[in-house]
Amino acid sequence: MKKLHKRASILVMAILLALGSYLFAGEPASKKDPANTGLERVNDSESMRIEGEKRFRANCGRCHAAPQKFPPRMMATVVRHMRVRATITDQDMRLVLFYMTQ
Amino acid sequence: MGQKTRFVPLRWTALSCAVCAGFLFLSLEHANAQAPEADKPIPILSGSIGTFSFVTGGQNVIDTQINPVLLVPLGDHWLIESRAEFEGEFQRPPDGGPYQGPVDKHLDYAQLDYIVNPYLTVTAGRFLTPFGIFNERLYPVWIRFLQPDPLTLPINTAPSDGAMLRGGFTVNAHANMNYAAYVSATSIGIESVDSERHAGGRMGLFFPGIRLEVGGSFQRTLQDDRKNAFGFHASWQPTKLPLSVRSEMARSYEGSGYWAEGAYQLSQMHFWQKAMRHTQLVGRAQQFFVGETDPDLAADLGLPPANTRMGEFGVNYFLHDGLKATASYGRGFSSAGNFNQWSYGIAYRFLIPLGPTGAR
Repeated sequence: MKKLHKRASILVMAILLALGSYLFAGEPASKKDPANTGLERVNDSESMRIEGEKRFRANCGRCHAAPQKFPPRMMATVVRHMRVRATITDQDMRLVLFYMTQ
Repeated sequence: MGQKTRFVPLRWTALSCAVCAGFLFLSLEHANAQAPEADKPIPILSGSIGTFSFVTGGQNVIDTQINPVLLVPLGDHWLIESRAEFEGEFQRPPDGGPYQGPVDKHLDYAQLDYIVNPYLTVTAGRFLTPFGIFNERLYPVWIRFLQPDPLTLPINTAPSDGAMLRGGFTVNAHANMNYAAYVSATSIGIESVDSERHAGGRMGLFFPGIRLEVGGSFQRTLQDDRKNAFGFHASWQPTKLPLSVRSEMARSYEGSGYWAEGAYQLSQMHFWQKAMRHTQLVGRAQQFFVGETDPDLAADLGLPPANTRMGEFGVNYFLHDGLKATASYGRGFSSAGNFNQWSYGIAYRFLIPLGPTGAR
């Protein structure tokens, strides 16, 4: 009985996790409503660049000095890598990418 | 009967995995909008190269290493990332002669990441164990303030082979939270990719306004002895000073200790500004306490054989983006004997595109 309960718990947790993933998995932020992404405060490119620099210094600067800017497609890979490695937020990642490619 | 009881949980686990995989695949399809062609990420070969001389207690060791990092993004949500380490430690034999020594080759991580949504990334494969922050974030030679490892680094930071859930998200306007939870399978018998069976997690709170992060880690070893280990970490960058401070504490069966280090960029100096803004003064204080494990096992892990206190300071000079010269001096106080440790060397970070860059 205890084993069955344990197995059922594992399955329920797996379903909840997967369901949550499915529900939260949305379209990329470029197609999202800005109000949902928190980008409403930075609705023009200059303020996005300034906010991106601020996020860069706060997040990336914690570990290393500012690197030179690389072409956009390279930066997109680097920022995705750092998003996973440093667990920076989705919003920070997008603003840092914007700043680093301007 | 034994076989039956063994296979039933496997079926349930397989079913759970299938459900997860199915939903993850559906969520990928659900979020199938592609980034514009010009912004699509491309594969990259990155990494660092360094050569250093460590003189500890009068014994010189030349440490030369190359750590290639391969990043392969797939679509909008996937990333394959891998890092290998090739490290040679060369020293003169006691009876004289040319420098010689072993070259160690191993795989630090080779993982597949699926960014499910802004809150969750699922990782599978071999990954760096998120215990504290040094192992995951500060280990590369071009990033670390001081080249000698902290004394506590070997504590519960061996790579894991398994699965991990992780992510970072905004809690409110003043705080972000990051987390990682993982399980690792036991060693698969290949020395360069071995691991142990354990489970653990790390959680941190980052306050962007004051640039302060605090967090904690936990790990339970599930192989042989059941042992718990925990740690705390903090990092802080004052907004008005070019100063960076970070610290870790770890406690485990193998040993315990802490380190705290700081780096001050001399960019605010009013003289020799061209040189000063490339110069960084660094310092670290640390202490290690031996644990309950066998001293030989502790030595195998790379831990000191006796209680040790150590103070270090040094200077880094950034010759170019990604290229820095480094030098440091440290004094260790140990019941096994006090010692001096000098180090100097050079570290370089490289980044090579493996596809069209979309250069503007």
